Amino acid sequence: MRIAACIKRVPITGGRILLTDDGRAINTQHLGFTMSPHEECGVEEAVRLIEANKGDSVVLTLGPAEAVEQLRDAMALGIDRAIHLQTDGQEWDGEGTAAALTAAIQADEAANGRFDVVFFGNESADSGGFQVGIRVAYALGRPCVTGLKKVALDGASVRCEQEVEGGRDVYVVPLPAVLTVKEGLNLPRYPSVPGKMRARTKPVAVSSPARPEPRVELVRLAVPAGQGRRAESLGSGPGAAPAVVEMLQKAGIV
Amino acid sequence: MTVLVLMDESDASRQTLTLARRFGEPRSVRMDAVRPFAPDALAAALAHAADELNASAVFAAGTERGNEVMARLAARTGLPFAANCIGATPGNPVEVTRLRWGGSLLEEARLHSPRPIITVAPHTVPADSGPAPVEVDLKPAAGKDLVVHVSDHIKPSNGGVSLAEAKVIVSGGRGVGSKEGFAIIEELAGLLGAAVGCSRAVTSAGWRPHSDQVGQTGTKVAPEVYIACGISGATQHMAGLKGAKRILAINSDPQAPLMLNADYTVTGDLKEIVPAISAEIRKHR
Ligand SMILES: Cc1cc2nc3c(=O)[nH]c(=O)nc-3n(C[C@H](O)[C@H](O)[C@H](O)COP(=O)(O)OP(=O)(O)OC[C@H]3O[C@@H](n4cnc5c(N)ncnc54)[C@H](O)[C@@H]3O)c2cc1C
Repeated sequence: MRIAACIKRVPITGGRILLTDDGRAINTQHLGFTMSPHEECGVEEAVRLIEANKGDSVVLTLGPAEAVEQLRDAMALGIDRAIHLQTDGQEWDGEGTAAALTAAIQADEAANGRFDVVFFGNESADSGGFQVGIRVAYALGRPCVTGLKKVALDGASVRCEQEVEGGRDVYVVPLPAVLTVKEGLNLPRYPSVPGKMRARTKPVAVSSPARPEPRVELVRLAVPAGQGRRAESLGSGPGAAPAVVEMLQKAGIV
Repeated sequence: MTVLVLMDESDASRQTLTLARRFGEPRSVRMDAVRPFAPDALAAALAHAADELNASAVFAAGTERGNEVMARLAARTGLPFAANCIGATPGNPVEVTRLRWGGSLLEEARLHSPRPIITVAPHTVPADSGPAPVEVDLKPAAGKDLVVHVSDHIKPSNGGVSLAEAKVIVSGGRGVGSKEGFAIIEELAGLLGAAVGCSRAVTSAGWRPHSDQVGQTGTKVAPEVYIACGISGATQHMAGLKGAKRILAINSDPQAPLMLNADYTVTGDLKEIVPAISAEIRKHR
């Protein structure tokens, strides 16, 4: 079995987002980075599938040189090897990202055989375009099911559960397939120390695709105005309980 | 000029119409036009209808379904797609403002496309009050576009209060300290008829199931009162709280972002404060 998982490096923004002077990016000088929670679940699912069925798992990302950290994180969880489509740090839109990933997947498949499943996050945490996985599926001519909270392989098909208002919708599609997943699909393991050690020596294939002109072209970012909440203190310690209950009474709750 | 809108009866659809009307006279395709739901078939029908009507643009609400079908339409027609817009001005290029980071950040962008494909973020634009657009007659779906379809539905199992619809939520963060620590959160929630929520630090630690997580990659909530206990207020957590009417933050750190972005605060140890609130409520019974 062959499984791929596509991930994106994003900053951990903390309590307040600060922008660069030109307003075109988040000021990440003092920030850590991670892969998005949705994608981490895709990675975990890929690892579990290969643990259960044997085979080859690959993690792919399009991102700056530093994104190798997130590729190593994925390999520390158990992914076998990585494909890094390196950028110079400029934003790529959803179309460009999908085209580059499609080409990389096709090249790897030509050399090593077809992926049974390619996992994506349902949407990236930062740009939130809701489209890269779907575009790759169309380009590969494969069925795509989105927003999944449960995935179960069954022979030549996969049963998928998608969270919707009032429960879950079920889809069953033939393999190979592209699946976009959400946090809650599984509980990703913590990387073990030996896992981290092994990840350091696992192969990372690097290439630098050319960036097409984005057709969703970022002009500038802005932090939305706060909601103007007043932060009225009801006191401190357990002695504040009566004031809290009074507030709840006024709100019609108690 | 005609603009095509994928719609249902929701408020989000009427809000979408407000922006869509700027691009022409709206005609609609129903979200449930293909039953059972088959997103590729719906995208194919939209692509065909857009060609027939020479539509200037195609719109849908920025719901899960809306974003999904529009992305498929974009992939199938080889066009760009701007998701979760809160503003869109016709022109060449179209100027849009869209949400990033689950609404914690705004992006102004230029959309270069002969037929803009746009979704409108729910509850960011006033609802349209004009007449309902005329529905488009759809071409029947081709077999290959029906491969992906809903074949079954599972009803939610727990009979408890659902987080998305709860009127009161008592939510705990890393400050609660452990799985067992949630007993006092559950006790207060029980007294208030509230749902229990939590932060991602809590679900990652395995203290609560992901279905309790509030935020960008969890559930977006809209209660009358949200009580946040030992939660720092990271932007990704706050992204789930935009619909909350009143927020009460309980935290030992008065400078925690949630303490600065709440309506009411209590400073101190939640392990003392939360039981004291429960005791005070019992007195009033
Ligand atoms: C892409 C992405 C998506 C994310 N999505 C989500 C999401 O959907 N939801 C979410 O919640 N997070 C999300 N996160 C994680 C988020 O960034 C934070 O890491 C997380 O919200 C922190 O949880 P916390 O506030 O419980 O923990 P911390 O940030 O560690 O805060 C704990 C707080 O508890 C207080 N405290 C400690 N002890 C006590 C005590 N005894 N009494 C009172 N107060 C005490 C501390 O002062 C502190 O403020 C996401 C992150 C990323 C990068």
